[in-house]
Amino acid sequence: MSEREVFFEIKDLEVSYGSIDAIKGISLEVRKGEIVTILGANGAGKTTTMRTISQLLKAKAGSIMFKGVDLTKVPAHKIVSMGVSQSPEGRRVFGILTVEENLLLGAYTQKKVNRETLKWVYELFPRLEERRKQLAGTLSGGEQQMLAIGRALMSDPEVLLLDEPSLGLAPILVKAIFKQIREIANKGVTVLLVEQNAKAALQLADRGYVLDVGKIVLTGTSAELLASEKVQEAYLGKKH
Amino acid sequence: MDIFLQQLANGLTIGSMFALVALGYTMVYGVMKLINFAHGDMVAASAFVGLTVYTQVMGQATSLAAVVVIFLLTAAIMACVGIVLERVAYRPLREAPRLSAVVSALGASLVIQNGIMLIWGPRMKIFPELVPQVYWDLGGVVISLIQVLILGLSLVLMVGLYLFVEKTRMGAAVRASSIDQDAARLMGINVNSIIALIFIIGSSLGAIGGLFIGLYYRGITFNMGWQYGLYAFIAAILGGIGNIPGAMLGGMLLGLFNAFIAGYVSSTWADAFTFILLIVILIVRPTGLLGERVAEKV
Repeated sequence: MSEREVFFEIKDLEVSYGSIDAIKGISLEVRKGEIVTILGANGAGKTTTMRTISQLLKAKAGSIMFKGVDLTKVPAHKIVSMGVSQSPEGRRVFGILTVEENLLLGAYTQKKVNRETLKWVYELFPRLEERRKQLAGTLSGGEQQMLAIGRALMSDPEVLLLDEPSLGLAPILVKAIFKQIREIANKGVTVLLVEQNAKAALQLADRGYVLDVGKIVLTGTSAELLASEKVQEAYLGKKH
Repeated sequence: MDIFLQQLANGLTIGSMFALVALGYTMVYGVMKLINFAHGDMVAASAFVGLTVYTQVMGQATSLAAVVVIFLLTAAIMACVGIVLERVAYRPLREAPRLSAVVSALGASLVIQNGIMLIWGPRMKIFPELVPQVYWDLGGVVISLIQVLILGLSLVLMVGLYLFVEKTRMGAAVRASSIDQDAARLMGINVNSIIALIFIIGSSLGAIGGLFIGLYYRGITFNMGWQYGLYAFIAAILGGIGNIPGAMLGGMLLGLFNAFIAGYVSSTWADAFTFILLIVILIVRPTGLLGERVAEKV
């Protein structure tokens, strides 16, 4: 795996809300085709990191290099056409638009909607096709999550950012959705996954980073992290 | 029955003017959650700009082509003013508390109103007779060419706007931006451009409304924006602020309501009844007739 090229790299990233530092200099790298997860408790800075990658927040210092471009210098609306798209925390689907309208908005930056991608999204999540004329706000939580992921895929991204796709979902749904995330990665999409559900995330991901109050405290392959006492204690609820 | 039909025609005419202006309020509110109090004064300014375009640019020509040019040029000028207004008065306050933006809007309203007074003077001006005074007597109900024009053109513009917002890619971006700006950015939508677009559309529709007011009422004053703006604002609230079809419906209903009160009760009481209607609506349906569009999970 290490011989694969690093093509997405965060270096010494710092982000603050006013005088409060949320991210205090983190660095991480993602290789092509990997699933990398960022674990951490509430308030660790996971969502802040994701929002900064998509430039919804501006970094105070550091860089986010992707294909030779520093994303911190790119305006938010240009990030998607660079090949980085996000399914945000809390799904943020457009509730009063239909499922299909949501998906088509995901392809907003495309000159022409890629029908193949739409077909693929419907294959990944058949429920979305069944409900394509329904308003997104009337979907269940799990379906909304599928829609958020599908919407992010519609721009044919190279890097897919997933912010807590398991949030508020029943375990069986988490399992189903994570299975499809593996499927997405198998198609060559690199996935950066932020999760509180460490167990599910590490079972899926190749490697992981553990974030704690704005700093990376631990990193390794998923197997290493699963075995690590620190992770077991803090995130998997095992006492030693 | 004659009064009814006559007031129906009058009500639809003034209703379509209210609706055109109300769209500017509701579209800006939809995306920015801001009441653009300067919009009424922009409408007033359009009537004066139209007057100047007529006298200075068109050499007082009233041919059909000249009238079309006056309308287009005025709308274009007001669209530019709208963009400047957004840049100067609202964009710097995008992240500020809502109250700051509202105060800025009130300030902008006063600046535009006083600007009109400085340029065109404090006295009432008479708007040119761009449309010939043609009347049809349909069995006791008199309808003028101006009324037909106002109603017809307003309907065309409203249907056009509706189709643009509902059926086009850019319209979808407008809707997405009004639902969730950050999510819209994640789709690659340039929300700043969408806001500029909203001001272009709102200001040019308001400009057409202002020209209609000039054509219909003839007398235009620097401070009339307050009155027409308030009516249109009520229309937007009536239909459900932020809701585009709501503004159209609200404008039409308010125009009809006004006309019927004027016809059956007394025109001096029309304002009082309008505000009573507003209060009743706000008590019974706080989100307006069509309401904020919220998808409820069943």
